[in-house]
Amino acid sequence: MRDACLAGGLKRGLRRGLTVGLGLCLSVWATLAAALEVEDRRIFPGTTDRTLSIVSTADLEVFEPYILRFQQRRPDLTVDYTVASSVELYRGIRDGAEFDLAISSAMDLQLKLANDGHAQSHRSDRTDALPDWARWRDLIFAFTAEPAVVVLSSRALDGAPPPATRQELITLLRDNPERFRNAIGTYDVRDSGLGFLFATQEARSTDAYWRLSEVMGRLAPELYCCSGQMVDDVISGRLSLAYNVLGSYAADRMAQEGRADIQIVQMQDFANLMLRTAIIPATARETGAARAMLDMLLELGMREADGAWPLPPLSQGTAGFGPIRLGPALMVYLDPLNRRAFLAEWENALEQEAAQAP
Amino acid sequence: MIARLSIGHRLTVLLAGVAALLSLLSWWMVSELARQAAARSQDNVLAASATTIAETIRSEQGEVRLELPYSALSMLGAISEDRVFYKVVAGERVLTGYEDLPVPTDGPAGARVAFETGQYSGEAIRMASVRRTVLAGAGPVPVVVTVAQTLSGVDAVSGQLSRLAAALSLAFFVVAVGLSVFAARASLRPLNAFAQAVSRRGPTDLRPLRRDAPPELAPLRGALNRLMERLGQSIRRSEDFIAEAAHRVRTPLATVRTQAEIALRSAESEEARQRLRRIIRAVDESSRSAGQLLDHATVAYRAEDLARDRIDLGELVAQAAAALEPTATMKDIAFRIRAMPACVVGDAVLLESALGNVLDNAVKYSPDETNVYITVTAEEGVARITVTDEGPGLGDGPTETLTERFRRGGNIEGVVGSGLGLTIAADVLAAHGGRLDLRNADEGGGACVTLVLPAA
Repeated sequence: MRDACLAGGLKRGLRRGLTVGLGLCLSVWATLAAALEVEDRRIFPGTTDRTLSIVSTADLEVFEPYILRFQQRRPDLTVDYTVASSVELYRGIRDGAEFDLAISSAMDLQLKLANDGHAQSHRSDRTDALPDWARWRDLIFAFTAEPAVVVLSSRALDGAPPPATRQELITLLRDNPERFRNAIGTYDVRDSGLGFLFATQEARSTDAYWRLSEVMGRLAPELYCCSGQMVDDVISGRLSLAYNVLGSYAADRMAQEGRADIQIVQMQDFANLMLRTAIIPATARETGAARAMLDMLLELGMREADGAWPLPPLSQGTAGFGPIRLGPALMVYLDPLNRRAFLAEWENALEQEAAQAP
Repeated sequence: MIARLSIGHRLTVLLAGVAALLSLLSWWMVSELARQAAARSQDNVLAASATTIAETIRSEQGEVRLELPYSALSMLGAISEDRVFYKVVAGERVLTGYEDLPVPTDGPAGARVAFETGQYSGEAIRMASVRRTVLAGAGPVPVVVTVAQTLSGVDAVSGQLSRLAAALSLAFFVVAVGLSVFAARASLRPLNAFAQAVSRRGPTDLRPLRRDAPPELAPLRGALNRLMERLGQSIRRSEDFIAEAAHRVRTPLATVRTQAEIALRSAESEEARQRLRRIIRAVDESSRSAGQLLDHATVAYRAEDLARDRIDLGELVAQAAAALEPTATMKDIAFRIRAMPACVVGDAVLLESALGNVLDNAVKYSPDETNVYITVTAEEGVARITVTDEGPGLGDGPTETLTERFRRGGNIEGVVGSGLGLTIAADVLAAHGGRLDLRNADEGGGACVTLVLPAA
């Protein structure tokens, strides 16, 4: 899904802007503890001044149908929808920003918020109906299950069958470096909460991850903050391959663009399945409205048919390798020491050219 | 209050109270054990988690290094959905984790894991600390790894087991109450059987109780038997006295009657004859009463130790009718006898006396020139002698009271009687396990008296 970027300027050439951007962000956080950097924001007015404020990593156009559906049921409520990156959202809630509902694709950050006491408990028939893997305590609830996929342009395959495993993908990249040099896109895990989650879970689950990272690193990959921009660049032809893209979003865009020359491939050796989760922050004021909204999202998450909704239901969660497990183990890679060690290794693998360059 | 409760209720309440106490005690014990077991398993996992982290601690270029193993937190996530906190301190410096997390006050020493329960982030937590010393920089640095978890998982498990234990204790209590009721009944059964044996007895049965009784009831049985013996002696004395008295009255009366008859025959004036006839009638009446008193005493005496002879009721009726034939003939009353073959087991003397009294009554209350019908039937194990007369009947009063001693009917003007006849008959029949039925005849309005006896 279109996970909001930390900062607009970090779309490409992150290597250059990273230090500046992070430094800027850090100084902003330092001065305005509870404020957070807003990507996008819209107010959907209701008949009264009572406002349900939502902070989310999902783009406005993706989430708008959900808000409109909610306002059909509760026309009295004004909805204030704020889009922020998952890291921003985490820091904002942690530092006491006031929102009634926080929706994020970064499960680990959401879980850490819940674990550290920044979430309110919620129980209803809807939460009781959720499968065990789709919630943790009564604090954090999943309402979509979205797999990570590889998006490939057929041009780059040159008639060859699409790779089904990481080993096949490694072989493809090794054998055709000219096609993929500067044309591979993947998450910048230093910046993207979801990218970091995908990378750590993948590194834990398959040793092919590091070999693949090494191979990609030699081909000077482009680093992105968000799935959306990666897919956009595959469609525009800038990229031949985007690795670890949210499949639901990719499928959505393919359907919109009607491009037959772009393939979506799910890795058969291991595939991450991300759960988009919501928490009611401890600072929430309109908790009644937040609970109603959350219940509506869970109701849609439990739907059987895919329907016309932009986000897929939870029913995919039982397929394949199963979803990333909600639990305190998610916090392991958020530990500063572990994160530092992981990022160092990741940078070693992915940024070989930058290291070689003067 | 409790003194007025029946022994059964008292026993039940006491046993149920004991059961309730035991149920509560077992519930508390199981709950406590479950809580301890859950707490211990949490401690074990916390210790394992802290140890797993501690094992990654190493010295690298004079710096203390570690990496948080995935399993350290995933094992905590596997046992419950509790919140997890951790902290690693090297010397005075917090290496990683939650800086403000408390650590057990008496910290870990050597290989020992320190546990403590405390408060963090608004919830009760259980902490486990392990200590490792690594050589870093100038010298050995003690590194303390603390892992903590909230207690809701332990509470949930122990709460669940406690509820289960409560349900089981309740079931145990219900079963125990049922068993208490059963036990109370079972232990009171000999007493009830004893009471029934006493109450089943006829009003004149004063034989000592011979049935087996538990040792606790033996004093009661002894006391009861002594009481009955004294009562029996007292009754026998008075019966003897009555019999003696009746006998002593009858003999002189017979003399008086004979003398009066002789005097009547030789009396000259009508006035004297009238007077003598009145004397004779009064003497007859007294003699009859004395006879009946004697009968009654005989019945009471013989009923105590009843003879068990086989008696043909047809013969019995014929004898009784023959005995009363002279009196009946004087009033031109005829006995009409219709007898089916019927036999009973009993005391011939007593049964004859009973039937005699009934027939005597019938003759006495019948108008002149009427019939007295006597029917003997036997069906379904019951033998009946029915005596029906054409007299005025039994009146409108309750018929049950007619068999009481010295009670006479309400429509007996001008007829002499003692009121003992039906009492004697009823007593005899009761002694034989039968009864006396009194009612008015369906047609003609006469009395219909039935002697009901179990057939042999």
